[in-house]
Amino acid sequence: MNLFQFFAQNSGQVAQLTLEHLWMVGISTLLAALIGIPLGILIAHRPLLNRPVLGAANIIQTIPSLALFGFLLPVPWLGDRAERLAILALTLYALLPVIRGTYTGIRGVEPAVVESARGMGMTDSQLLWRVELPLAMSVILSGVRVAVVISVGLATIAAAIGAGGLGELIFRGLAMVNNQLILAGAIPAALLAVLADFSLGWVERRLRPQ
Amino acid sequence: MLAGMHGESRDGPAIEFCGVSYELPSGRRLLSDLNLQVQRGETLVFLGRSGSGKTTTLKMINRLLTPTKGEVCVDGATAAQTDVIRLRRGIGYVIQEIGLLPHFTVERNIGLVPEIEAWPSDKIRARTQELMQIVGLDSQLAARYPHQLSGGQRQRVGVARALAADPAILLMDEPFGALDPLTRDDLQREFLSLQQRLHKTVVFVTHDLNEALRLASRIALMEAGKLITVLSPQAFLRSTDPLAAAYVRAFHTGLDSTANRGSS
Repeated sequence: MNLFQFFAQNSGQVAQLTLEHLWMVGISTLLAALIGIPLGILIAHRPLLNRPVLGAANIIQTIPSLALFGFLLPVPWLGDRAERLAILALTLYALLPVIRGTYTGIRGVEPAVVESARGMGMTDSQLLWRVELPLAMSVILSGVRVAVVISVGLATIAAAIGAGGLGELIFRGLAMVNNQLILAGAIPAALLAVLADFSLGWVERRLRPQ
Repeated sequence: MLAGMHGESRDGPAIEFCGVSYELPSGRRLLSDLNLQVQRGETLVFLGRSGSGKTTTLKMINRLLTPTKGEVCVDGATAAQTDVIRLRRGIGYVIQEIGLLPHFTVERNIGLVPEIEAWPSDKIRARTQELMQIVGLDSQLAARYPHQLSGGQRQRVGVARALAADPAILLMDEPFGALDPLTRDDLQREFLSLQQRLHKTVVFVTHDLNEALRLASRIALMEAGKLITVLSPQAFLRSTDPLAAAYVRAFHTGLDSTANRGSS
């Protein structure tokens, strides 16, 4: 049975696993953005917090993913469902690129622009919403894009703890020494990563200030 | 009575510096013991080279910087008595062209202070159109972005934006510094005619003696964080102060050397 036949015969299952994959990546990216963007804004405005926050996010990044999934397994509520756990782990990994992208974006806004906006009498929140965020948006999004691409890859490993996703085909293929099964998981995962990268890159270019 | 509540008819200087010093956290002193009054309706020009403390001084008026010693009073009120956001919205601020918001159109840049002051939008639009006319901008430029304008046009937008909420005080930090000489000449001329009509209190920073002589009611000469002297343009040209004389000499050098070359 070749790969095409496999896809033809198991399209339902592949689609199901792709959806699970997308769900894990989507939710974890959303959570990482909800936590990471405010944190990035905070450390851009409070330089003292910069090192501890980026340092912590960096350390998380260095934990091998399989180990992190393992560590989290015994945690009460989380360990009940592998999917929850996978989403938490993916969120943690996505934090660093999101925080760093936001930090870089906000710090990269031309100081003269910020100063003149302040000089006009903008309050801190007006400055943030009308000047800093719009001008930093493309850089923030590039951080999110990196996070998404990393997550698509990492989410395949979540199958090791039974969280589903395309990794399931890969692990099954590994166990059965079946290359076609491995490819059946790996190819859609790679396509997802490329697609996410491309589409977010397009949005990013649209948002870039001239 | 009521008029007395507003700045313009009140007596006393518009801006007063009382023993103002500014030090960086590193201990480097950018300004030492400045005492100076800016009168209502005058154009006071701070002249000096870069690092002389003129921009630092300007930024203390709208409290982008806070003095480490002394007090800056605007309209007779000390910093502690003033709400900084209110203060800034009542002071027009023009810096070099890079100060425009790059993601706002010309129209939105000009209407910025009215917008954050939450004026109704039809009033903002009317005011924006009026201002574009005042500063000599074609109304077709309203929808453009700053990067689509020439340097001179951007600077006009900067001036229009500063005038938007009709502030009594205008701060201008080398506004024409990045322009070519002919455009600068145009804008200086228009500034003078505008000032004749509007009678704002203007504090202007420049390193260009020609500009200072042309625009100033009085010139405040700065060097190494100190105020050296305050003179009218006429008095400046005759001044025996060594630094002022050096400026005047440097100013004449180009002309003189050309004249000499022509005659030899």
